[in-house]
Amino acid sequence: MIGDKKRTESAETYRRRRWTAHLGLWVFLGSEAMLFGSLALGFIGLRMLYPEPFAVASAHLKTALGTLNTAILLTSSLTMALAVHAARGTRRVGAPLFLFGTAALGVLFLTIKGYEYYQEYHDHLVPWWSARDPALSPPVQLFFVCYFFLTGAHALHLLLGIIIVLMVCSIDTFSALRIPTVTVECVGLYWHFVDIVWIFLFPLLYLYGGPSQ
Amino acid sequence: MNEASYLAEGGTLRQWLTTTDHKKIGILYLFSVTFFFLVGGAAAALVRTELLFPDAYLVTSEGYNRLFTLHGIIMVWFFLIPSIPNTIGNFVIPLMIGAPDLAFPRLNLASWYIFLGGGCFTLWAVISGGIDTGWTFYTPFSTRFSESRVLLALIGIVFAGFSSVLTGLNFIVTTHRLRAPGMTWSRLPLFVWSHYATSVILVLATPVLTLGLVLVGIERVSGIGIFDPKLGGDPLLFEHIFWFYSHPAVYIMVLPAMGVVSEIITCFARRRIFGYTFVALSSLAIAGIGFLVWGHHMFVSGQSLYAGLAFSLLSYLVAIPSAIKVFNWSLTLYKGEIYLSGPMLYVLSFIGLFTIGGLTGLFLAALAVDVHVHDTYFVVAHFHYIMVGGTVTAYFGALHFWWPKITGRLYPDRFAKWAALAIFVGFNMTFFPQFLMGYQGHPRRYHLYPPEFQTLHVVSTLGAAVLAIGYFLPMSYLLWSFFRGPRSGPNPWGASGLEWKTTSPPPTHNFHEQPRVTWEAYTYDR
Ligand SMILES: [Cu+2]
Repeated sequence: MIGDKKRTESAETYRRRRWTAHLGLWVFLGSEAMLFGSLALGFIGLRMLYPEPFAVASAHLKTALGTLNTAILLTSSLTMALAVHAARGTRRVGAPLFLFGTAALGVLFLTIKGYEYYQEYHDHLVPWWSARDPALSPPVQLFFVCYFFLTGAHALHLLLGIIIVLMVCSIDTFSALRIPTVTVECVGLYWHFVDIVWIFLFPLLYLYGGPSQ
Repeated sequence: MNEASYLAEGGTLRQWLTTTDHKKIGILYLFSVTFFFLVGGAAAALVRTELLFPDAYLVTSEGYNRLFTLHGIIMVWFFLIPSIPNTIGNFVIPLMIGAPDLAFPRLNLASWYIFLGGGCFTLWAVISGGIDTGWTFYTPFSTRFSESRVLLALIGIVFAGFSSVLTGLNFIVTTHRLRAPGMTWSRLPLFVWSHYATSVILVLATPVLTLGLVLVGIERVSGIGIFDPKLGGDPLLFEHIFWFYSHPAVYIMVLPAMGVVSEIITCFARRRIFGYTFVALSSLAIAGIGFLVWGHHMFVSGQSLYAGLAFSLLSYLVAIPSAIKVFNWSLTLYKGEIYLSGPMLYVLSFIGLFTIGGLTGLFLAALAVDVHVHDTYFVVAHFHYIMVGGTVTAYFGALHFWWPKITGRLYPDRFAKWAALAIFVGFNMTFFPQFLMGYQGHPRRYHLYPPEFQTLHVVSTLGAAVLAIGYFLPMSYLLWSFFRGPRSGPNPWGASGLEWKTTSPPPTHNFHEQPRVTWEAYTYDR
């Protein structure tokens, strides 16, 4: 997929190849949507079982940091959209730059998320840790299992996205190969998907318990 | 074998293991699933032998649990689900639509390696002590009580799931993007339609299974109750997640088989399929409605009565598109010039067995009857009629039908007919008694049983022996045919599909020149 094939193949073949790649990615995202969708649905089911303990548990989360992270991720979607726009145009210098910016915002998100995890560890909220707060009832622990699993799966997807974005923009910058527009578009699609997942996770996890104390 | 064939090119082991040719990958899958079929079959043989007598005489109860679990896990995820799609589908779908390969050939190879990786984990689990949860991994037994290799098996199945998703993705994109000029959706072979529907299920249902199994793994390792009621979890949640995948998984197994039936029955009845559009769309209907019926596995699990009613009704609904297919196949036979070849016998036996399996499914979908037969041998017999009587029979039919295309060789049709007969008789002998036992209340998965059931168990075990002979027969004469069989022309059956227009075996890039389709599907002259 990567390489200077673009020059040698006809516009028609390139158009077809681009469609094929897009369709493949959309189908993949459909599969991913079922993964996160069923996870979120399972979480909602458990929340209906234990409404109060889940609200109490949710209030332990650092809503301010979560909000900041939401803003960061939304901004990274903007830079990703700009990268795709630049890659589609004739002056492509902007593309690697915007890609790099996107990856940097992704790293910032993960750093803040890591700090949050550290805080939660510090507050003895990690349910499988032997020194967890004994006052946590099983339903509250259940909330934290869901919280760590959902945000962990999201963070893993984001990490993968960052690695791919960095690979794409470093190949584009440091080697003679040019990244085909279709590759940037596909990476962009994936990135936006990971963002949308967070848009669902944030209210689901952080905003349920009301303002944090 | 002609010089340009894919078998003549790149024959070293290294070239086989790095190939991106969909035909060779199909054959790699053929070897792998045959291996797993033998492993799962050996476990089944031990289970049936043990059940000859009401008391334990061969294995302990612990060992018995491990045997039927091994049989279930291997057969479901490592044989039935990949059987038709990944071997036959991989091989013939690009040929049927006039494409040089699948849309993502390297992904196709990656999918095989991931499948093998999963298989290795599962075998490791088996060798290092086995699994005793049953293939359903019900919690909290699988998370708190079981002292077997649950975690390893979970990892293996999750891998197999990734492989499924990639294969489904590849088939969907291939069907959309790589059809030859003139190969419109309304000219698409029904085999491709049914694989398209299967792929939709593979892509959308498999991640849900992955999630469920990962959560079981987490609960098992961390001791936090997600599903365990004693720790605040919800065991029904696991059943919902598991059956949301595992009911559609039945259609992953049987839809490709239905595609095989449509191809073979038209060829040997020399007729266009009756009601092409209905047969094609019923595949999509089965896939769609199939997502909404999972709760019929949980009628006695304590879900609400209203949920039970809705799931019962929806389960009846899904029988309609299946029945449409059976009626349309029968009407295709009507006034056809039927030629009873080996592949045709497999297909006719599919129709009979699938009908019995489907109709007994309606017993189980009825709320009140299910309370009586739930978790009995009746259920076991029902789903074996669908999965073994249906899918495995069609798989052998497909193997016979496309064998000349795959290898360029013919096999003695008389043996094929004898094998089909042995499979049909052996199968019914094995599983019909289980309907009777189940109806009389014999629970499934029990190691020991009251002596009054012994006669039926003995009949069932003898049937399994006949069935085993039926399965070994094709393996031996097909192997002979591969080396010594007479050469086949491009189209030994006079079939109408595009895959028969190229040489047997096909060249590496499938067609010597780009095919253009100007005819409708199944143009058998009448
Ligand atoms: Cu079901």
